[in-house]
Amino acid sequence: MSEILQVKDLITRFYTVDGIVYALNGVSFELSEGETLAIVGESGSGKSVSMMSIVGLIPSPPGRIEGGQALFHGSQGTSDLLRLSTKELNDVRGGQIGFVFQDPQTSLNPVLTIGRQIAETLTRHLGLNGKQARARGVELLAEVGIPDPHLRYDNYPFEFSGGMRQRVMIAIAVACRPQIVIADEPTTALDVTIQAQVVDLFKRLQDKLGIAVIWITHDLGVVAGLADRVLVYYGGRVVETAKVDDLYEHPLHPYTLGLLKALPRLDMHESRRLVSIEGTPPDLLTPLQQCPFAWRCNHVFERCWHEIPPLYQVGVVHQSACFYDLEKEEIRDA
Amino acid sequence: MDKALSIRPDDNLLSKERTLKNQLGYIGGLLWRDRSGVIGMLIFLSVVFAALFAPFITKYDPLAVDFEHSKLPPAWQQGGNFEHLLGTDDLGRDMFSRIIYSARVSLFVSFIGALIASILGVGLGLIAGYVGGRMDAIIMAPVNLVLSLPYLLFVVFIATVLGRSLLNVILIFGITNSPIFARLTRGEVLRIRESAYVESAVSAGARFWRILLIHILPNLIGPLITLATFQVSAMIFYEAGLGFIGLSVPPSVPSWGNMLADGRSYLSSYPWLTTFPGLAIVYTSLGMNLLGDWLRDVFDPKLRRSRR
Amino acid sequence: MPDNGTLLRVVELKKYFPVRGGLFSHSDRMVKAVDGVSFDIQRGETLGLVGESGCGKTTTGRAILQLQKPTSGQVYLDDVELTKLDKESLRRLRTRMQIVFQDPYASLNPRHSVETIIAEPLVIHNILSGPALHRRVGELLEMVGLNPAYGRRFPHEFSGGQRQRIMIARALSVKPDFLVCDEPISALDVSIQAQVVNLLQSLQEQLGVAYLFVAHDLSMVKHISHRVAVMYLGHCMELTDRRSIFNNPLHPYAQSLISAVPIANPKLERKRQRLILKGEPPSPANPPLGCVFHPRCLLMKDVCRVEIPKLREVKPGHFVACHLADAEGHSKIPTSELSNNE
Repeated sequence: MSEILQVKDLITRFYTVDGIVYALNGVSFELSEGETLAIVGESGSGKSVSMMSIVGLIPSPPGRIEGGQALFHGSQGTSDLLRLSTKELNDVRGGQIGFVFQDPQTSLNPVLTIGRQIAETLTRHLGLNGKQARARGVELLAEVGIPDPHLRYDNYPFEFSGGMRQRVMIAIAVACRPQIVIADEPTTALDVTIQAQVVDLFKRLQDKLGIAVIWITHDLGVVAGLADRVLVYYGGRVVETAKVDDLYEHPLHPYTLGLLKALPRLDMHESRRLVSIEGTPPDLLTPLQQCPFAWRCNHVFERCWHEIPPLYQVGVVHQSACFYDLEKEEIRDA
Repeated sequence: MDKALSIRPDDNLLSKERTLKNQLGYIGGLLWRDRSGVIGMLIFLSVVFAALFAPFITKYDPLAVDFEHSKLPPAWQQGGNFEHLLGTDDLGRDMFSRIIYSARVSLFVSFIGALIASILGVGLGLIAGYVGGRMDAIIMAPVNLVLSLPYLLFVVFIATVLGRSLLNVILIFGITNSPIFARLTRGEVLRIRESAYVESAVSAGARFWRILLIHILPNLIGPLITLATFQVSAMIFYEAGLGFIGLSVPPSVPSWGNMLADGRSYLSSYPWLTTFPGLAIVYTSLGMNLLGDWLRDVFDPKLRRSRR
Repeated sequence: MPDNGTLLRVVELKKYFPVRGGLFSHSDRMVKAVDGVSFDIQRGETLGLVGESGCGKTTTGRAILQLQKPTSGQVYLDDVELTKLDKESLRRLRTRMQIVFQDPYASLNPRHSVETIIAEPLVIHNILSGPALHRRVGELLEMVGLNPAYGRRFPHEFSGGQRQRIMIARALSVKPDFLVCDEPISALDVSIQAQVVNLLQSLQEQLGVAYLFVAHDLSMVKHISHRVAVMYLGHCMELTDRRSIFNNPLHPYAQSLISAVPIANPKLERKRQRLILKGEPPSPANPPLGCVFHPRCLLMKDVCRVEIPKLREVKPGHFVACHLADAEGHSKIPTSELSNNE
């Protein structure tokens, strides 16, 4: 499988009244064709910011992308997304990269019918005329499982439930058969049974259309059922990346391990104690010269306070940004 | 750096402690970032200063009539002299000192007027918002009625009926401006009443008065002070308006409005008679508005300063 | 599971909200947020109340505390019937029952210091004052894991997790027997949720407080509760101990709910059989007749359309509201209906 997205050393900062927020401090990753990449992190970790930076959706001011590149090997050739003009980006967004956001209430225009909103993207990117767009739009609604699509095409967003609205968003996202769909917490606001429906839909569409999906979430349960590979973010950096099985069975970064131990599990015994991670996440207002997790880490030692650990290659696909080897329980030599 | 192995898990807080020094520093920082706030503050202070120290700033009695030196233009124009910096009016009274002393009247009227309006308005708004139901309807009906009347006409009408006196002007402003405070207060009370911390107080067993005075009232102060500042600015204007048509304080009392009235007949011949009081009104109003804008920013983001 | 006697008894609790039809319309349609819920809570026990949006779990918690006046039904705290109390007696009884709210950013008065906030219940009920009060606040802060010197600070200086601790300290200041936790961790980051849950558990061990833990995160509810009640559209569908609710859910809705919860175990997730419910939950303003779940139920029979099933004890300690439920598992959805997680 070839790579369709390569991000290197992405740096994003926000210049606010409270000071400079160092939101992303050198993020790198790749995405292969048809792959599902999960991005996991808590609030403030930079997971959403990294995706929004790549596609030019960071409000600027106060945000500024200060470094890095995002090579997109699209169907129209390779380009660095960070260097595209607004017009070129507008072509990419919706056409080659689709989006599904968390809150369908705010991402769908409440005063336009959903039919109009689907047609908008079809007309813009595929050049369909009104009638063609409508026909295709109804097809899409059926594809995502909306009953009576020819009737519902003319409904307004408020006439749909939360789960239905997300389906509409997914229809819009895949309307132009993009290569990548970026889903930013798409099921966080949904009930768990509706979430199951939506995840199921996503998987079916992905199988059928061969789309690569970047799924941003804080829910490690959803990731386990969805992802091929996982990136773990902390303090504006990627601290671990691995294939999904490896991440859950052999986490190598203390933060990942901490997260897994702090999760309640339906399949585990009740007497299992949740091990919380002490302390609070960093506030990103100071540029760090040390590991962002140092204050909360149980394995911290001298070096952690003076250097930022790079991503060490610890397996074929497995990387961990930590000076300590959790598995061997010793400090790395490198 | 040692890992601060505190005995308690979260020892790092989001901001520095709220000592007086830090508070002042924080406010100073806010002022500095928002220069218009500085300007507003300076203007406000300058007017207050002028009002307080009037006798030390100018040697002339604002009421002293001097027909020999009447209608003198400002010092920098032909015919003027530096004895009367801003010239004299038709009765020979020194313009500069009249302007300075008028500040007293304007500030007094607008401050006390705003005070009465706020006390009355907040009281009504609190009851309407918190008790609700029929009380709300009974109180808000006249309030909304007054608010929908053309203000200046309304004030002129009452002033005509009551006559000219300092007390009357203050009372008029106080009563006719209370509806704005009532409406703001009522809106805020309705909003705060539904907030989670009020529900928390109820669940803790708090009674009516406690919730009203300890929970709701302190959270009203921010928007109230902001509104009061804007109302003071408005009242300065209204006093001028009333004075211009001869319904403000008695003519013997120096006020910017009265000065405008005095100079009205000489608009083209001796323009400085109206220009300077006009400028003084604009200057003071502008200052209060800038101050009010800044105050609104001070109170708002502070409350929403929660980090996630 | 503690069995120190029944502390709280809820009997056929109902809370209906009138549907506003506009200024002149006489609307007698009701939103039946809670429609006949019964359970009891033992001293020192945690009962988890789960369900999805619109199920009525939050309203149940509030109605029990009389923060919302129930439309009908009874609530017994020990033997005192709460719905019949006059305002003053109810107010005084609040020292025995408290609540922790969901949104840590809205539930603390931004103008009050932390000390004022925590001390308020004690002040309202004249329990302590002066230096003794100050000392107690310090103790409470320590108890929830915060530095006692933080009493002078203000809410906006604290993070979400810390604010929840402040709320817990406040709620426990008057030593209540019963605490309603209304989605106390939903607004917190994952790594902080564990902190707060551990705190709640250790406080229960220390103080013997009973909890009604209202939440939508089934994994967390199962972890912290002794028994779990599953709600759907204002009704309690199943009530049993936490192990049974996962290993042997008998109500069809509970079965799909459990199967829909993601588990942080990729190999398990791949093998899992999901019960994907069709359709969406109906609106509580227009609940279906008979069993409210019947339109979406794969096992629906004619009786389900007309008769509301009562919550009955199908196995010892295991209550189910389903016409088909019995000890032989006739309410279990057959594996042929499950979709494979491929």
